[in-house]
Amino acid sequence: MDARRATTTVPRVRQVGFFTPNAPPAQPSRTHSFPLDSSSPPLSNSPVNNSLSPVMIPPSRHLSDNLVHRATSPLPVPEPSAFRRPIRSHHVAVVGSYNPTESLLGSSPPLASPSSRVIGDGEFSEESSAGWFRRSNSAKFASSFSGAFDLTSVMSSEAGGFHQVKKPVVAQTQSTKPLKEKTTKAERRALQEAQRAAKAAAKDMTVSVGVSTSKPVKQQPAQKKDAPPPASSIAVSDRKGVERSMEKERRKDIPAPRMQFDDKSRVEKAKKRAVVNQSEARNRVELFRHLPQYEHGTQLPDLESKFFQLDPMHPAVYKVGLQYLAGDISGGNARCIAMLQAFQEVIKDYSTPPEKSLTRDLTAKISSFVSFFTECRPLSMSMGNTIRFLKSRIAKLPLTFSESEAKASLCADIDRFINEKIVLADNVIIRHAVTKIMDGDVLLTYGSSCVVEMILLYAHELGKQFRVVIVDSRPKLKGQALLRRLVGKGLSCTYTHINAVSYIMHEVTRVFLGSSSVLSNGTVYSRVGTACVAMVAHAFHVPVLICCEAYKFHERVLLDSICSNELGDPDALSKVPGRMDINYLDDLTNKDNMQLLNLMYDATPSEYVSMIITDYGMIPPTSVPVIVREYGREYLWI
Amino acid sequence: MPESATIPHTPSSGGDSEGKSKSADKSSRTRRLKHDIIEAVNELIQDITTCHEQIAEQAIEHIHQNEVILTLGSSKTVLEFLYAAKEKRRSFRVFVAEGAPRYQGHLLAKELVARGLHTTLITDSAVFAIISRVNMVIVGAHAVMANGGVIAPVGLNMVALAAQKHAVPFVVLAGSHKLCPLYPHNPEVLLNELRSPSELLDFGEFSDCLDFGSGTGSPLLHVVNPAFDYVPPKLVSLFITDTGGHNPSYMYRLIADYYSADDLVVQGRIASGKLSSNRFCLLYSR
Repeated sequence: MDARRATTTVPRVRQVGFFTPNAPPAQPSRTHSFPLDSSSPPLSNSPVNNSLSPVMIPPSRHLSDNLVHRATSPLPVPEPSAFRRPIRSHHVAVVGSYNPTESLLGSSPPLASPSSRVIGDGEFSEESSAGWFRRSNSAKFASSFSGAFDLTSVMSSEAGGFHQVKKPVVAQTQSTKPLKEKTTKAERRALQEAQRAAKAAAKDMTVSVGVSTSKPVKQQPAQKKDAPPPASSIAVSDRKGVERSMEKERRKDIPAPRMQFDDKSRVEKAKKRAVVNQSEARNRVELFRHLPQYEHGTQLPDLESKFFQLDPMHPAVYKVGLQYLAGDISGGNARCIAMLQAFQEVIKDYSTPPEKSLTRDLTAKISSFVSFFTECRPLSMSMGNTIRFLKSRIAKLPLTFSESEAKASLCADIDRFINEKIVLADNVIIRHAVTKIMDGDVLLTYGSSCVVEMILLYAHELGKQFRVVIVDSRPKLKGQALLRRLVGKGLSCTYTHINAVSYIMHEVTRVFLGSSSVLSNGTVYSRVGTACVAMVAHAFHVPVLICCEAYKFHERVLLDSICSNELGDPDALSKVPGRMDINYLDDLTNKDNMQLLNLMYDATPSEYVSMIITDYGMIPPTSVPVIVREYGREYLWI
Repeated sequence: MPESATIPHTPSSGGDSEGKSKSADKSSRTRRLKHDIIEAVNELIQDITTCHEQIAEQAIEHIHQNEVILTLGSSKTVLEFLYAAKEKRRSFRVFVAEGAPRYQGHLLAKELVARGLHTTLITDSAVFAIISRVNMVIVGAHAVMANGGVIAPVGLNMVALAAQKHAVPFVVLAGSHKLCPLYPHNPEVLLNELRSPSELLDFGEFSDCLDFGSGTGSPLLHVVNPAFDYVPPKLVSLFITDTGGHNPSYMYRLIADYYSADDLVVQGRIASGKLSSNRFCLLYSR
């Protein structure tokens, strides 16, 4: 059915006329496939143009080829890569008050943020100036889609601003060629949306509400992606009205494709706009080529030296980023809270630049900070959910709020999120979990999870008699810190390493594990080694209880630990701290045949999990998609 | 009875003529017995040193091109096995789990790289994550029990469970000298060794926790560091010994080849549960 719709709808979009009429024959196959599967990664790998987003209908091929050559020539303003991003955003400002982010929905930041606009480099051909003018005219329609539709009045005033800056833009075409390519991509999308808006505006104004409010769901700021599925799904669903918007919302639930690190061109582009200088590790495991791996030890001194060249970066954000990089903050909840508090500082210090909308500018800023965090350390899934929440709150700010009211409201929202979703949720989980601990129990835990630690301490305070077994593993050996804290509080503990878990499991009555995230197919995504512990517990018929706050649930699905993971520092494997006799691998780390693999996460299949304890209660792993669906929207619209 | 066979009975110096003739007989019998025993021991030594080659000859039958092989810890048999396959021009990659807390995996990885094999070192906790992309698990054994179970370096039960879940063959390489006629009752406790906790925890850092105290007099902190793991026979796909490949259910037949029927009846005081004493107590019959 989608295919049939595609045949009727797509040509209308293509007749917009901002690309040359002699489009190459390869285009129809591409445009056909867009509405079919708005979020499949292979779209971006079409042979026509490797790094094009599916939304962007490519211009004629020969022009884009020329473009690729031109893009590789040095930029008119040579500068170190660290400055490139700030100066690029500065270029955007030079263009005038027209900020591509404004004409777009506030909630699709991956395209709107300055960082992701770089993806447009080398991808698009030059625009005819006629097309440019046409697009800017319709930009005001596109802007009607941001948040509430009473923004149209604001937008029309902005559209007036557009016209004023058109001429300088055109005049600067030659000098800001890469910039223009970015804006043309944004312009194109604006134009597309304008077309859709024009058609849908006549039909049903309420559709736009559905569109805009479902957009926040799509925010995945952790991805430096160049394929915006929200826009593509808009293209299809707005065709026919309300029922389409429902469908689009459902389709939006498919998570967007992530950054593909095995695609050299994308990695190069991502590197250009990166703040942190990362050199890729030399000896990479083939199986994990799709994940980033950088040389450790070089990033921290580099970032520290740049501390005073902070222009686009807020110091609180910089500090938290450095803490992530150094490993000082670890654990899902701690990272989330640190990030949210940094954002609170950002919001408090924020002042809207003139002639810019608070929502869009702030969202763009947040997106740039998020990409900085991602460079320091890849975001966890719970952090992704948190950022989505924040952006939806920003997008939902009533227009009647003044700037100080908006800032106060956002800070209050963040406080409320931390309080409700993390602190209070932990309390609820603890209360549920202690009902599962009985006198005489032997409880096993793996690694160091803050929730499990709180559960054990609380149960001990209640006077229950039980023993704890702490299973630990290399290279982080986090269990030792947990051991020290528990023994300090007077719990009787047994400490062992993960290889001995089969030995110790016959004494154990229950296993309590924490997790980084629980996915929609019931898979538990957590510290590497959790799957081994859960598997052995299952083999010995010991119940496994996962303690996880509901904000960590995610609509993704994962089958194994290879497709999505984080690669840690490989040198941590070869060095065994405290054991002088074990240094067999000192001279070997750079040999070609020798590779060191330090995985950070793994995926525990749902059949090993007996129960998940969340702040919504104690649920089986099969109920996770239900919670994501029913309550996932709730916290986005507190 | 076997004890008297191994320990030669020296006759007293002063004795009657009957004793002298008896002692003359005894000494010649003793000499013959000593000779037989020394020959048997030499054969045993020979078997132990050459079992690697015979097992490694079978490598080519089990490793094909572009395989991914997982192993844990270090075993000379495994090293020779993989090297033999590489010599026959099979290309494959090896994931070596480091095998904490002895970290023998580091040694094995170093050896494999020195011999030109493509090796990746992983932590033991990553075994479940990696095993979905592994074609075969090849490990050595400390001992093979009569029911086909394996006493293996610690951590291998976890690997065997993961291999079973992902339908990956779990192959155990064991020389025939590792065969033991004992049936493992409660093997985790009885057939295990507990090593020093200092391999896991630094005494200096945790000395305050290791104090006896807290009123009841029992320490709050126990550290468990077992050396071996028991892998039940249902998790093992194949045994490769110097006599060929066998099912776990067949291993008990091989005991008859290597142990005399008299010795299979284990008496109370002999069955101490220690494998080393078994070797001395039981006569190795050909």
